[in-house]
Amino acid sequence: MTENSVLSEPIATLVVSETSDTPHVTTARPHWARSLLRQPRGFTAVTYLALLVLAGLLASSIAPFPPDQQSLAEVLQGPSSSHLLGTDTLGRDVLSRLLYGIMPSLQNSLIALVVFLVLGIPVGIIAGYRGGRFDAIVGRVTELMLAVPPIILVLVVLGVFSSSPPAAMVTLAVLAAPGLVRVVRGATLAVREELFVTAAKVAGVRPARIMATHVLRRVLGPILAQATVFAGVTLAVQAALAFLGLLSSDAPTWGGMIGEASTVITETSWLLIPPGVILAVTVLALGLLGDTIRDLTSGEAANSARPGRRSRRAAAARAGTQAESREALAQDTRSSRAPADEGSLGAGSDALLEVRHLAVTTAGSQPITLVDDATFVIHPGEVVGVVGESGCGKSVTALAVLGLLPEGLSASAGQVIFHGTDLVAGGSAAYRPVRGSGMGYVAQDALGSLDPSHTIGSQLMEVIAVHEDTSKAQRRARAIELLEQVKIPDPERVLRMYPHEISGGMAQRVNIAIALAGRPQLLVADEPTTALDVTVQGEILRLLRDLQQSTQMAVLLITHDWGVIAGIADRAVVMYAGEVVERADVQTLFTHPRFPYTAALLAAEPSLAAESSRLPTLPGRVPPPGSWPTGCRFASRCAFARDQCTQGPIPLLAVSGQSDTRCIRIEELVSEGAMPR
Amino acid sequence: MLRLVARRLLWSVPLVLAAAAVSFIAVGLLPGDAARSLLGQNATEEQLQQARHQLGLDLPLWEQYWHWLTNALQGDLGTSLISRTPVVDELNSRIGASLSLIIGATLLAAVVGIALGVRGARRGRIGRLVDTVSVIGLAVPDFWLGLILVVVFAVELQLFPPNGYVDPLEDPIGWASSLVLPVITLAVPAVAIIAKQTRDAVATALDRPFVRTLRAAGISDRSILFRHALRNAAIPILTVVGLVFVGALSGTVAVEFIFAIPGLGSTAVQATAAHDFPLIQGVVVYFTLIVIVVNLAVDLAYGYFNPRVRLT
Repeated sequence: MTENSVLSEPIATLVVSETSDTPHVTTARPHWARSLLRQPRGFTAVTYLALLVLAGLLASSIAPFPPDQQSLAEVLQGPSSSHLLGTDTLGRDVLSRLLYGIMPSLQNSLIALVVFLVLGIPVGIIAGYRGGRFDAIVGRVTELMLAVPPIILVLVVLGVFSSSPPAAMVTLAVLAAPGLVRVVRGATLAVREELFVTAAKVAGVRPARIMATHVLRRVLGPILAQATVFAGVTLAVQAALAFLGLLSSDAPTWGGMIGEASTVITETSWLLIPPGVILAVTVLALGLLGDTIRDLTSGEAANSARPGRRSRRAAAARAGTQAESREALAQDTRSSRAPADEGSLGAGSDALLEVRHLAVTTAGSQPITLVDDATFVIHPGEVVGVVGESGCGKSVTALAVLGLLPEGLSASAGQVIFHGTDLVAGGSAAYRPVRGSGMGYVAQDALGSLDPSHTIGSQLMEVIAVHEDTSKAQRRARAIELLEQVKIPDPERVLRMYPHEISGGMAQRVNIAIALAGRPQLLVADEPTTALDVTVQGEILRLLRDLQQSTQMAVLLITHDWGVIAGIADRAVVMYAGEVVERADVQTLFTHPRFPYTAALLAAEPSLAAESSRLPTLPGRVPPPGSWPTGCRFASRCAFARDQCTQGPIPLLAVSGQSDTRCIRIEELVSEGAMPR
Repeated sequence: MLRLVARRLLWSVPLVLAAAAVSFIAVGLLPGDAARSLLGQNATEEQLQQARHQLGLDLPLWEQYWHWLTNALQGDLGTSLISRTPVVDELNSRIGASLSLIIGATLLAAVVGIALGVRGARRGRIGRLVDTVSVIGLAVPDFWLGLILVVVFAVELQLFPPNGYVDPLEDPIGWASSLVLPVITLAVPAVAIIAKQTRDAVATALDRPFVRTLRAAGISDRSILFRHALRNAAIPILTVVGLVFVGALSGTVAVEFIFAIPGLGSTAVQATAAHDFPLIQGVVVYFTLIVIVVNLAVDLAYGYFNPRVRLT
């Protein structure tokens, strides 16, 4: 039951391809400065801020009036051609006052920024790089400082330094610096162990120099993101303090203008608008800039601002195949549907589940096919195994049958006929009555499949309540009965336990109990033993076999393990590169494989090989979705491939009344003796 | 769980001491002259000496701190320089208004923010809307938003009083009415933060494997979203609700000033303008204590939502 060389091979190639990818991520720095301007968000923010600074610098030449020129004949006027933004309570031009207010605000923010960075960067880098006692002390102090609302201590300082903007800004910066220390420390910790830092250490570069050059360069992104957001905070705090009349200034300030406007709001509300909007837009621009820098420098693409979508796409990619690469995703797919052939396992009216030409594709403008033409039948009480390497589409097929494909994937063609109803056509309404009572599901990740925040009993009883309208006491009795059925000792106690208190094997038994709660006619088990300890695997497999025999439910078992197939399945379906390549009863499959891939997998299986013989390996790997050839998808790895194999799509054909195969040379191969007679 | 609470409580002692010490350092060590800022530039040297003596500023800093500390431990935070009433009495009479505001704003923000966030986690367009709203909600300064609300709802529509605060025991309806605008002012940025955090946390929870197991077993989407995904997202949401509470506490400084509400925040502004140091220091202590209580409550709630914490 161990992984053989064939199965681990794609994983090895995956690792190689990932390491060759890493330079893209690690050399992020030069990239993001440029891509910042290429992003609409970043470009808008940078342009606005640049124009703001420019307007501030040129205030004395572009402002139509001096900021303090009063005109008592023109007080509280609305916007006009001579006063574009109107006049205030003393008849002063609002636009001019706004422009003159830019530089003093920015200068105060600059003071705060300098203090913020000078305190935060060195402390953060040293704490992260050195660790140890210094780090521990810094951690405690930052925790302490972050617990007190800064504004109140700024007020204390303003009580001493009457109306002094620099004093307020320095205080604010000192109180905010612990936030930066945390971020820089975290970023430094991540960089510390990287290759180039180790290389510098080995080369004898002094720690101070490593920190000042190598480390600082790499943590610059998070620092800039924090600094931008903090700049927005300083502007907002300045404005609030000026509004409260706690800051003095010779020049007009935006906050002060809002304060003056607030004294006449019963007469006009217009005066609130210009300073409020410019303040909000400036803070917004700084916030957006910070967000954009953070997204770009965290090595993520621009879409990381929408985590929901990204994680869904990632989940779709995970579910799709582990071996697929980015280039494959970029390519288009050709649909190469094999002509239908029900073969020896044709549609019988006695079938419980009939999967016909089922195809699964990704969403989007360039859909990629992960599975096409999955066709098989399960009769009541029958155990059918689906077998193949990782990335062949086994799990995707199982999830499509269950109607539980992750977002971003959908069953785009074919039928899943359960009890005579096509569930694909019927959609979620057709699935609802089937879930739990028609089909049960057991996943690979035993512990992850249980909700960690509810007790075993709570989850089990919630599922029971869906299927049986009974009293709480009856549900409890049924839960205990189910746990006994999956051979869990002391079920009363286990009901009260949380998932983190039980072992993986026990968790898988609970998952089976949950799946059995609705007395399903079909149990879909996706690699139910793969993630468990080797010693536990056998127990769970035996439990599944016993339960199948006692309840007479049918089982669709997804596995890459021939031992599991041999131990439990009646029939098996072999999948390769998104399609079914062979179907047969298990006995026939093991003794008379009728597809070269099946034969190669069996030959490479250590538990089936003669002890002395050297295990042959299957070279190459499963072609990823999106790069499937037109003809036989196995041809590139097949020792018996000829030109005819790659000419065109190959249908699933019945041979000798016992197997269905997609190999067009099978009769030749058998008569040549290349495959067992 | 008990051990966790005890550890937290123990840790809060240095927190209060440190917060008080920081404000002492601000008043004492910094080169400003508290006595001069209190009395103004025209004060004579004799008046200044007297004021310093009265404030205890002629004593060494550690001695000032020690005096203040020993008194504070007996519930005496000194006397207001302006009103000449004990700081504790002054602040106790005002804490009710502030707590009404902060608790009201946090509850409103939590309800609206979580509702928006949960909807955003399910559907793409609402998710993007939550993003946009939260970015804008965070950029708009609270005091300005408060003024706009006054203009629209008090001056123009005359639905709510523009300012003032009514004692709930005297006139409960007037009390509620006087709180509407300031509570909304404080809640807007908080809704933005909570909605974003909820959306991310619920989306993450919905991606976890147990969701598929529950769905396969026939559990309804509704139960999966609220009973399972939201519950598993509770810890990050709670953390942010705690932060929002503390943020609302800071927000009272400007918002109470705008709406002329006699609370801790407006007291802090008045005390700062009048250089009433004992009163400001008292506000620092009250603010810190409130933060400690909130953090403790959040920790206790963690235990309720995360069975693993409960064991330790």
